[in-house]
Amino acid sequence: MTGTLVNTTVNGDAVQFACPTDESLMDSLRDRVGLTGVKEGCGTGDCGACSITLDGELVCSCLVLGVEANGRNIGTVEGLADGDKLHPLQEQFINHAALQCGICTPGFLVAAKALLDKNKNPTEEEIRYALAGNLCRCTGYDKIVRAVQAASKDLRKKK
Amino acid sequence: MTHDQSFTNQKFKLVGSRVNRPDGVDKVTGRAKYGADASAPGQLVALFLRSPHAHAKIKKLDTSKAEKLAGVKAVITSADLPDHTAGAQLDVLENCMARDRVLYDGHAVAAVAAIDKETAKKALKLIKVSYGKLPHVTDVDEAMRPGAPLVREDIFTRGVDPKPTEPSNVCKVSTFGHGDIEAGFDEADVIIEKSFKTEQTHQGYIEPHACLASVGPDGNGELWVTTQGHYTYRTVCAALLGMDMAKLKVTSSEIGGGFGGKTHVWIEPIALALSRKANRPVKAVMTRDEVFKASGPTCSTSMDIKIGAKKDGTITAGSAHIRYQDGAFRGQWGQLGAMTAFACYDLKNVQSVGYDVLVNRPKVAAYRAPSAPMAAFGVESTMDLVAEAIEMDPVTLRIKNAAKEGTRASYGPTYGPIGIGPTLEAAKNHPHMRAKLKKNQGRGMACGFWFNFGGQTCTDINISADGTVNLTLGTVDVGGSRASMSLICAEELGIPYDQVKANIADTSSLGHNDTTEGSRGTFSSGMATIFAAREAIEEMKERAAQTWDIPVEEVEWVEGEARAIGQKNDNLPPLTLKDIAARAAATGGPIAGHNEVVADGAGVSFASHICDVEVDPETGGTRIIRYTVIQDAGKAINPDYVEGQFQGGAAQGIGWALNEEYIYGDDGRLQNAGFLDYRIPVCSDLPFIDTEILEIPNPNHPYGIRGVGETSIVPPLAAIGNAVSNAAGVRMTHVPMSPPRILKAIEEAEA
Repeated sequence: MTGTLVNTTVNGDAVQFACPTDESLMDSLRDRVGLTGVKEGCGTGDCGACSITLDGELVCSCLVLGVEANGRNIGTVEGLADGDKLHPLQEQFINHAALQCGICTPGFLVAAKALLDKNKNPTEEEIRYALAGNLCRCTGYDKIVRAVQAASKDLRKKK
Repeated sequence: MTHDQSFTNQKFKLVGSRVNRPDGVDKVTGRAKYGADASAPGQLVALFLRSPHAHAKIKKLDTSKAEKLAGVKAVITSADLPDHTAGAQLDVLENCMARDRVLYDGHAVAAVAAIDKETAKKALKLIKVSYGKLPHVTDVDEAMRPGAPLVREDIFTRGVDPKPTEPSNVCKVSTFGHGDIEAGFDEADVIIEKSFKTEQTHQGYIEPHACLASVGPDGNGELWVTTQGHYTYRTVCAALLGMDMAKLKVTSSEIGGGFGGKTHVWIEPIALALSRKANRPVKAVMTRDEVFKASGPTCSTSMDIKIGAKKDGTITAGSAHIRYQDGAFRGQWGQLGAMTAFACYDLKNVQSVGYDVLVNRPKVAAYRAPSAPMAAFGVESTMDLVAEAIEMDPVTLRIKNAAKEGTRASYGPTYGPIGIGPTLEAAKNHPHMRAKLKKNQGRGMACGFWFNFGGQTCTDINISADGTVNLTLGTVDVGGSRASMSLICAEELGIPYDQVKANIADTSSLGHNDTTEGSRGTFSSGMATIFAAREAIEEMKERAAQTWDIPVEEVEWVEGEARAIGQKNDNLPPLTLKDIAARAAATGGPIAGHNEVVADGAGVSFASHICDVEVDPETGGTRIIRYTVIQDAGKAINPDYVEGQFQGGAAQGIGWALNEEYIYGDDGRLQNAGFLDYRIPVCSDLPFIDTEILEIPNPNHPYGIRGVGETSIVPPLAAIGNAVSNAAGVRMTHVPMSPPRILKAIEEAEA
């Protein structure tokens, strides 16, 4: 392998890895940084299972190159909880049975957080469209939408 | 020890409550490990070379250059895979790796294991294959025509008399029913005959097939794999590779969806073979393209349905001829479809015939209530046409003919207590039925049936010294069953839910368990958990009796503690499970309960769905406005997850009904092997999905449990078909009802 050195920040920590220039950030995060909470469902940007934030913007990490992470800030599902305190979205996903197999859950949580960071009180329709880039095959989305609604309420109460 | 599995109408403290799943935190934090999430030191990367042709002879296959590439540690072709099964599982092996010819676009012809993905990719390019193209067929009706290209030359139709002398693509004809259908049709005032088609769909689990295989020269091996049945994978992989079963340890990872698609082996035997050849761990992960092309989608079908009825709504006869394409390998899908077609109804005269037909498409695998949704689409659409013809409300027609306790099912057995009548009554009385519809909107409803399975199951309960409990299960948890099993265990032992920790054992740590399929997980593992807990309780009563120095007959188990019965024992304070556990070392050692069972008597399951749609007459696009699922669960152990099964099945059915289909070109190649072009429903496509759980106890389970996982996908094709037909004013007979098909139907009706 011919690697290029990448210096980046992942969930607040300085991280360094080397990867080939044609490697996706998804593969770099999974195989080199060891963050397997980033899931591969398709590798073509259609399923959202590999969703992360890059400088605060929601992206499919399979559509970003590992080398593009140089000097950027990456957020993954592993960074959602604050120490042993789960993020309200994580708590409400559990409370609302918003996951069955759970493979899509990290991507949904990252995408839902990106929504709630921008829109504190989204309507059902806004939630459904904000999460339309994330595929779930188990739940029919019903309990996912309810969990996001509940988390949004929790977050508003906190502030 | 044998246990009585009869329903006892036990009163529950915990079962039926909405508890958080024990694996929840792992799954919301990214900690849960799925098939592709495990690694081993020195692991190699496996990649597959796949056929670009639908049907071709492999004239020459040269891997020598690939083998010489630096970093390549093993290359496998069919030459490395002799048949160790005396032909019994040769077709499974042949699907994993083509032998003398490729049978579908995407059929594997070689695999490499290399030090990294880059090297493996380069190696694939160095493999030279010379193909001799053969005529192909991908459509089920085309494949049945005389003179159609033969997918295999060694298939002679079974189930027909006399036995054919010429090979055929029809591998089996399965006939079910009773009575005299001709006489029944003669009695009818109205006869409706209609033909229907459904296209091929994929389970669409978000996690691709993935495994980490490791086999040493001593014949010991390990396989970490995403699967619905790790014991089955062990059995099959060991047989295909000539390994000893006990020396192959298979561990089921967390599974990212299966829906039937992870009941068969695909890349796993090859990963093991590569590992054995390279003597290094090998990781194999399918791409999404490979999942679509080379795992096991469900059948496409074509069918002719005929139903006759009197003006009062009595159905006098029903017949169905349903042709299921099995892909390039023999299946049982036509048989299952024929069995389910009329299972909702109490019919005097009924005949259903299923055809299993080979085509040049991937081997078909189970998909949630396999074969039933297609048959239901045909029968339930025709039921609506009958209702229309005799001017009767469709729900009333169904209620009038619904099967009930004592009905002889169209596929043979006589029903016990069943839920079809109650789900229909609930549908009739549901507020959804009275909601007003707007312009271009239509309402439809339909029923569905699924058998549910039981099967071999084995469970351990181990009581720790501190009184917490390990529940060791062998049925893969595909959607939250560890929570249900923990509830059952805690209920029986009389301890809090959170003192039970459920684990899925690897194949070395617990006896054989059949695959989690046929909605069997909660039914059969639930049963084994109940019996194992009761054995542990018997043991704890013995320990208490020993501690108190009284006969065990004077000990009872109530609310998580042993109590001494009778006045003379009044001075003996109860011993809790915790007390007994703490003294285990002094009273006979570790305390455990264990159960092995062939769980028979899985209760059949029925559902009725109601659906409102809006069809845009300009575009042919359909939106689901409202959707209600009513289903009999027998007993809902954890209602949140029962609702989840109802909603998930409905959503998959909605995708199948409106969008999803395998599209093949004239060249026999799959044109839409990706989630962009094979579009499954997304969040913004769906409304909230209402659910109503009915509980008609299964008499053959102590808690009354029936499987709940599959039935929910059976009614949607028909319910939506009926709704779209009512909205568009034209009968839809071809699934998916995609915008072009709806527009075409509207235009043809207008012309």
